[in-house]
Amino acid sequence: MSFTKKLTVSASPHVRSPETTTGIMLDVIIALIPALAASVWLFGPRTLLVTATTILTCMLSEFLSRKIMKRSGTLGDLSAIVTGILLAFNLPATIPLWVAAIGGVVAIVVVKQFFGGIGQNFVNPALVGRIVLMASFPTMMSTWVQPFAWRGAQAVTTASPLASITSMLATGDVSAAALSTNTALPSLWQMLIGQRQGCLGEVCAVALLLGFAYLLIRRVITPTIPLTYIGTVAVIMLIAGKGSLPFVAYEVLGGGLLLGAIFMATDYTTSPINFKGKLIYGIGCGILTALIRLFGSLPEGVSFSIIIMNILVPHIERLTTPKPFGSVKEPKKRQEKEAKV
Amino acid sequence: MAEKRSLGKEFTKGLLKENPVLRLVLGTCPTLAVTTSVESALGMGAAAAIVLVCSNIVISALRKVIPSKVRIPCYIVVIAAFVTIVQMLVKAFLPQIDEQLGVYLPLIVVNCIILGRAEAFAGKNPIVASALDGLGMGVGFTAALLAMGAIRELLGAGTLLGHQIIPGAIAPMIIFILPPGGFFVFGMLIACANRLAERKGKPRATLSCGSCPMADACAHAACETAEAKEGEAK
Repeated sequence: MSFTKKLTVSASPHVRSPETTTGIMLDVIIALIPALAASVWLFGPRTLLVTATTILTCMLSEFLSRKIMKRSGTLGDLSAIVTGILLAFNLPATIPLWVAAIGGVVAIVVVKQFFGGIGQNFVNPALVGRIVLMASFPTMMSTWVQPFAWRGAQAVTTASPLASITSMLATGDVSAAALSTNTALPSLWQMLIGQRQGCLGEVCAVALLLGFAYLLIRRVITPTIPLTYIGTVAVIMLIAGKGSLPFVAYEVLGGGLLLGAIFMATDYTTSPINFKGKLIYGIGCGILTALIRLFGSLPEGVSFSIIIMNILVPHIERLTTPKPFGSVKEPKKRQEKEAKV
Repeated sequence: MAEKRSLGKEFTKGLLKENPVLRLVLGTCPTLAVTTSVESALGMGAAAAIVLVCSNIVISALRKVIPSKVRIPCYIVVIAAFVTIVQMLVKAFLPQIDEQLGVYLPLIVVNCIILGRAEAFAGKNPIVASALDGLGMGVGFTAALLAMGAIRELLGAGTLLGHQIIPGAIAPMIIFILPPGGFFVFGMLIACANRLAERKGKPRATLSCGSCPMADACAHAACETAEAKEGEAK
């Protein structure tokens, strides 16, 4: 009898990980802070207003929809805050606040809670919020301001860097010399620090890479998806640009590729679990993004590519599930063959 | 039909419990295509309802004459006749509606709801019950289209029946009159209809194989009838 006292008898699981949803989401929020800071520096205090609006509507939508559907409250896992920040990062600085709020409601209520809440959404909520807004308010979603316009710098509205290099590719010359003589194009250094037009969170590459490093160090994400995604885009662009390296750099730094590859494509719920699956998923995202940028009517295709690959994830998972050692699949195949005969 | 239902129930079942669009999910193509405005939704709903009532009456009256092997072509001929009449009337008196509905008006011929009701109900039931069934289904279809049309026109264009409702200063959400918005509204209305039809206290409403036009070709229905026969034999 005294022996049992020394044993702790409990139901499985016996090995627990100290990681919690809240902890992971907190890490993601910390990783997003450099990009937020850079955005405030570039686009002014209105950035904070837009971000606060999306965060508040996301939290409120989450709270109310859980309450109405009589489910347990999930505000504590911070996932609504992450969705709110990511949605704001996908909006231009000039967006009216009520439009941003609609995006938040769509993201949380339609995409997340209608399908069962955290862990059940089949696509990334923030991206669908952005796409719904893009389809609904096309002009508001593509009205950019020049960085530092808020500090009184001259606000010149030109085509976004991606649109300019796409049109340059159409004329056929994207060599380093041609890119450096195009005055409408920001320099690569400006692209790196984010001194270009774009959505709030996507412009500052340095801040996004800082967040990427933090997520890698904290082991929140593995580098597989971001690297294969960006790598695939880079390789296709290298071929399309006939070996022009500055062109590849503009394609990688431009648009929302870094933001999408680091923070949106790596969402646990909507990306494959194992290495092989992640590889397929990342390459698929890259191919789709490159195809939309090169041949589509839109200048940017990161959000659509990620959504399409999100939908394919269950199939990727089925293809890449490891087989248990010694398992035999033979009988099923034979049956199918017989059925075909 | 095995269960005897009152004539009133034949009419009311189409409104919500067996609403053709929201509960049986039939006729989704016209539902999504013509509900970009209230006007075209109303036109489509009314045209389909008229055809549905008339074809149900005629098919029910002819149910003992039509050989069961060729019943589908016979039904189509009857339905096509009424669709032609309705189409000519609409072209003559409501040319604007005809323009809005376009190809979807003649396509009522192959509307699943009408063929489905002919197959599942009118071909097996007396005339009065079939007429009421057609009327109920027609009203249910029109109501569902109206609800969708109203939501999509109000949010997608800021108008109702062409009148400005939402002030012009607030930009309407164009997505609602695009196909994706149609699917969003459709899904949400189905959810609402399911909620209303299965309110607490009531038993969970299930659709019997009798109301399914595919029952004859469906393996599930075959199993059910086989089980029922076995049960009877025992």
